[in-house]
Order: sequence, then C-alpha cells, then structure tokens
Amino acid sequence: MKFSIERAALLKAVAQAQSVVERRNTIPILANVLIEAQDADVRFRATDLDIEVVDRADAKVERAGATTVSAVTLHEIVRKLPDGALVTLTDDGASGRLTVEAGRSNFNLATLPKEDFPVMATSEYSSNFSAPAPVLRRLFDKSKFAISTEETRYYLNGVYMHVSDADGGKVLRCVATDGHRLARIDAELPDGAGDMPGVIVPRKTVGELRKLLDDDDAQIAVSVSETKVRFATPDITLTSKVIDGTFPDYTRVIPQGNTRKLEVDAAEFARAVDRVATVSSERSRAVKLTLDEDKLVLSVNAPDSGAAEEELAVAYGDERLEIGFNAKYLLEISSQVDRENAVFMFNSSGDPTLMREGNDTSAVYVVMPMRV
Amino acid sequence: MDCDAFYASVEKRDNRELATKPVIIGGGRRGVVSTACYVARIRGVRSAMPMFQALKLCPEAVIVRPRMDAYVAASREIRQMMEELTPEIEPLSLDEAFMDLSGTQKVHGQPPAAMLARLVKRMREELRLTGSIGLSHNKFLAKIASDLEKPKGFSVIGKAETDSFLRDRPVRMIWGVGGATQTALEKAGIRQFSDLLRWSHEDLTARFGAMGTRLYYLARGEDKRRVSAHHSIKSISKETTFFEDTADPDLLDGHLWRLAEQVSDRAKARGLAGRVVTLKLKKADHALVTRRHTLRDSTQMADTIYRNARALFDQSGIAGPLRLIGTGLSSLGSAEEADRFDDLLDPEARIRGEIERATDEIKARFGSEAILKGRALR
Repeated sequence: MKFSIERAALLKAVAQAQSVVERRNTIPILANVLIEAQDADVRFRATDLDIEVVDRADAKVERAGATTVSAVTLHEIVRKLPDGALVTLTDDGASGRLTVEAGRSNFNLATLPKEDFPVMATSEYSSNFSAPAPVLRRLFDKSKFAISTEETRYYLNGVYMHVSDADGGKVLRCVATDGHRLARIDAELPDGAGDMPGVIVPRKTVGELRKLLDDDDAQIAVSVSETKVRFATPDITLTSKVIDGTFPDYTRVIPQGNTRKLEVDAAEFARAVDRVATVSSERSRAVKLTLDEDKLVLSVNAPDSGAAEEELAVAYGDERLEIGFNAKYLLEISSQVDRENAVFMFNSSGDPTLMREGNDTSAVYVVMPMRV
Repeated sequence: MDCDAFYASVEKRDNRELATKPVIIGGGRRGVVSTACYVARIRGVRSAMPMFQALKLCPEAVIVRPRMDAYVAASREIRQMMEELTPEIEPLSLDEAFMDLSGTQKVHGQPPAAMLARLVKRMREELRLTGSIGLSHNKFLAKIASDLEKPKGFSVIGKAETDSFLRDRPVRMIWGVGGATQTALEKAGIRQFSDLLRWSHEDLTARFGAMGTRLYYLARGEDKRRVSAHHSIKSISKETTFFEDTADPDLLDGHLWRLAEQVSDRAKARGLAGRVVTLKLKKADHALVTRRHTLRDSTQMADTIYRNARALFDQSGIAGPLRLIGTGLSSLGSAEEADRFDDLLDPEARIRGEIERATDEIKARFGSEAILKGRALR
C-alpha cells in the first residue's frame, strides 16, 4: 500500500478515528485504525466494538492495500506535522511496518494484520431518512446535558430518539434524563422517519455524532434499526449499537398542572444564580428562590461558608413561593434558552418544575427541586 | 473504662440461670464468637473465634443470640453515669469509652481516681455490670492500663513510672500492631518498647512509614491524640453469616432489607449520611465479592440503601448459595445535606421517604419492634 494525502485531510480523518478508540485497551487491535487505500480514496476505520467510524478522504493512491496502525500515535504525528505538508504512507506488506513521510520527517510504525481488525457486522435498517445537520444538532445539544452517568440505570446513559405525537402532529423527539432533570426536544419529523423504532443513543455516540454536525448545509443520512443507529455524511459514517433497554415512560414525569408562572431574562437569571452560588457548599450547590409579586430573590445560606442574596425584577403574579434548586441544574437549563425569556412553571416546593423558552413547547425541561 | 465481657454480663444479669454457666454470645453454629464470659474464657474461648472451634473447647457452653437492644440500653445507662464525670467522652464501642477528666477535680472536689472508683461502684450496684478502669495521662496508656487487671481491674500509670512501665513490655500491646506489623518489627529486632528506644525518629519513619513515627512517640509514652466526643467514623456496615449457605432469593432479600435498616438506624442515630453504598457477598467457597455504587446525593434512608444494595446484588449476577451477605454506607458526611432530592422517575420514592420518617418516630416511641415492613419478616 502506498498513498499520498494532504496533511489537513489526513488529520481530520485520523482525529475522528482516535477519539473513538478507547484509551485503555486490553485488545491491542482495538487501539489501531484500519487504513484501506483503493482507487482515488482512503478509508480510515476505528472501533471500540460498540461504535464504528469510517472516514473517507481523497488521496493519490499509488499502490492499493490495507494495514492497521496505532490511531493515537498516527494522530499525534500528523498533528505535529507542518500545515500544508504532503504526507506519504507506505506499507510494503512484508516488514510489518508503516512508513510515514512528510518533508524531511520519517516515521516507522508497528502494524497489526488487517485481518485481525473487527469490522462491525452490517445490519438491516428498518428506517432510513435524511435530516439537516442543524436539526440534529439542536436535538442532541439541548438534551445531552441531562444524560445520566448512573450505571445501575444504564438505560438512562443516552438520548432516547423516537417518533412522538405533539400538538402539531408527529415529531422527531430526543429525551434525556437522570432523575433530577429532564430535557425533551422536538423537531419536525423528516420524510421517511415515521416508522423509526425508538432507540437510546449512547452518550459516547452522541459526542462522536456532534463532530458530523458542524456544517449548517449538510444533510445527514440517518438509518435506524432496533439494535443499531447510523449517521452518515458523504465522507464520514458513524455506526453505533444502541442501549439495550427500555427508556422509562417520561411523559408522566412532565408536569401538566403547574400553574405558577415566572418569566425572567434567562441570561440575567443565570448570572445571578452563578453569583449567589459562589458561597454555597461545594457538595449541594443549593440555591433558594423566593417568589413574590414581580420579584424574585435568589439566596444561599451555607452555615460553613456564608450567605448571599440577590433580587431580580421578574414577571410573577401568583402566591408567594419558596423553592430550592441545585445551582448547577438551574445554570444548565437556563443556558439552553437563546432567544426569548425563560418561562418557569411551578407547582409547590416539592414538585418538579417545568422550564421552556417563551411559549415554545418544542424544547421543555423539567428540574427537580431540592429541600433547602 | 472497658466493661468486662459486656454482652455476656448483660445476659447473665438478665437471666440468673446463666450466672455460673459458660456463656457465649454469637450468631449460631456458623457464626463467630462475639463475646465469651469469663467462665468460657478460662476454657480458651476468645472473641472472633469460629463458633465450632469454641464449642470444641467448651462443649457445654450456652450460646446466646445477641440482643442488641438490651446492650444498647445498658450502654446508654453507663454513658449517663459517665456524663456525670465529664462531657468529654469518646465511645469506642458500646462497652468501651475514653473519658478526659482533665480539670474535673475542681468541679467534683475529688481526684479522677476517686470519681472513677465511684463510677464502677455505681455500675456494679445499680446496673449489676462490672468494668475495668485504666487511668493515665494519655489515651494510649489508659487503654493499656484498662487491660492490665481485667476483669474488675483498676490500674493507674502515672507520668513518673511511664518509662519503667513500658520498657519491658512487648510492642504488640499497641493497638494497631497486628500480625504483619509484628513480624516486620521482629525482623528489625524490635520486640519490646526498650528496643524501640534505640531507634532514631528518622530511621523508624524510613522503615515503617507513618506507623514508625507513632511508634517513636509511643515508646516514650507520648500520645497527643485528644479524647474526641465527635469521633469521626468512616463507614457504617452490617453483615450476616447464615446458619446454612442459602440461595433463597426471598431470604436474601429479607436479610438485605434488615441490614440496610440497621445501617440506616446507625447513621440516623449519629446524624450521618453517606454517598457510597456497598454490597458484600461471601460465596459458599469463601470467595468474597464486594460491589459499590456512588450516589449523587448522600443518604441515611434505609429505603435508598436497600434499593441500591439490591440493584448491586441483581447486577452482580451472583445467585448463591451464599455464606454471608452485608451492606454498608461510606463517604460519610453530615445528614444535613442528605436526601434532599426526589427522583423524577420514581415518584413513589417521596412517599416511601415519608413513610420511613413516620416509622422512625413510631419506633422511637414504642420500640424498634413496634412496626416492621413485611419484607423484614422474610
């Protein structure tokens, strides 16, 4: 195998591969990237057995072939090469070495046989559709903060992507929750997605997927089966197993009867929360909200470290209410608001609180209060 | 103050028939000896000895299942008597505590020795329980002194006689010097305190680490640790060894609940809460399996401990038969910041929490058996 490739194209492909590869591996081949050169392009394939990413890049292929080499080492080398360099990768097939040449730099890397590389089994996808990158970006960006890390409830360790009924008809919906907060984000249902089975997309896959979604004009080909999900651009194909579990019935968690409405400028609110939380205890980060006629007082009272208070002018017309929250949770949900005011709907100090942006119900957040 | 064969003494006091018999407190044939009375000790029975071995040494021994409620009650009565001497009390267990009597002579008009003599006399007369006193100028020596003349002992190690007292004593007297440390010390030619005096601080620390520093000072009769009424504990755990190995899921579940409840009771009594729930299993072949789960919020609730331990058990893939099951709580902190969240996905958790608090109040008023979960009867 021998091919030459632009440093920038190589870096992009190898960067994606090395981020899929697990840092600590007991199976040596899983630390490697499979490089396959044929015709006018080269494919870089990496896997952790749950996720597989294949990156395609244009190259000048002199001799077709394939080999595997440490993804992290190759990435480090390419990263350190000067911008604009032309890189030549050569594997003579006999020495068990891959030569990487660029200008006056020359590297010789150990390889492992391409036959040992585990290629993810192809499967039948029951649903195939295309979605604009910005739509998927919004769905996952706004929900991923609520993904749980709790191992005992593994079925919460991802984003539940499914088709659901909303006021205006069927929608493509992403939900994530860890039991303390929940995010429910809706998007217009893409053509052909109607029969999609609901799947729990694992946290790591959500992170990898994000790298495919930066281009506003890109269309992402999405394929879904009961066990796998695939996201593809013309150059990158990301295939992932989905979490084998049942996502809980989140609909009963979203409060319907909360009537006490607070409207506040999200950015101003977030800054105030952040300020008063400075003195809250490291562990609990508790902030108390005291609501009264068009007035919100944020306060922290931590016996060991001190107290803080800040008053905000808000729109609130209901009875006086005192309710406590974890400051981190308030900051996370208020940072999701980017156009209009944040609207909080409360019931009592012990009940889940709902937050949305203005009257937009396509992104709804639920946060559990804490006893303060 | 260290009570003499505390559990056994309480049993003998409460049941006259046992008075002259060898009595062993423990959890049945499969368990270990928790406490042996002095009659049984003459026969060689010791604490932590496997029960079958104890019975080989003393076949006519009467085995009594521990009645923790009775011991806790007796301990509380002793504690009240101690509190009349000083507020600075550091309990080590139900039957043993350090007391700092510095400066109390002015209050009581009598020296500590006289007050302590009165304490044991009251214990004997009012509670019909005996204890041994060790009086000295620091914790290390007081503890050694309390063991010198057990039972019903009363030993004083004064400052002036500290050096001569320690010189020819074996270093294994030091609490914390177990088999491994002992072997290491012997390799270095250290058997007695006088051997330690030949070592410099640097050499001891270089060879034995933090333990070396401690040894250096202890050899000189110095111990700066204060008697602390708020002694910090690192974890709370409870376990059960079964009479017979079991794989019965109902039985295991029942045990797990009761253990979680005991851990929770202890945490509540001390105003503590923990963030890490652990599960301990011992299989029939004695292989030990432990699992842990870190919670996002610390807890002291039996329900939360039980549910997490139960999830760890289900995920362990171990079905039994088991020899032992246990659960615990660690990463402890103040209960003030515990259990402050309800779970969105488990709306009933809030109700269960309220039930538990209500149950606790009923138990506090009418006794720990006044109300039970059906699960506890399995």
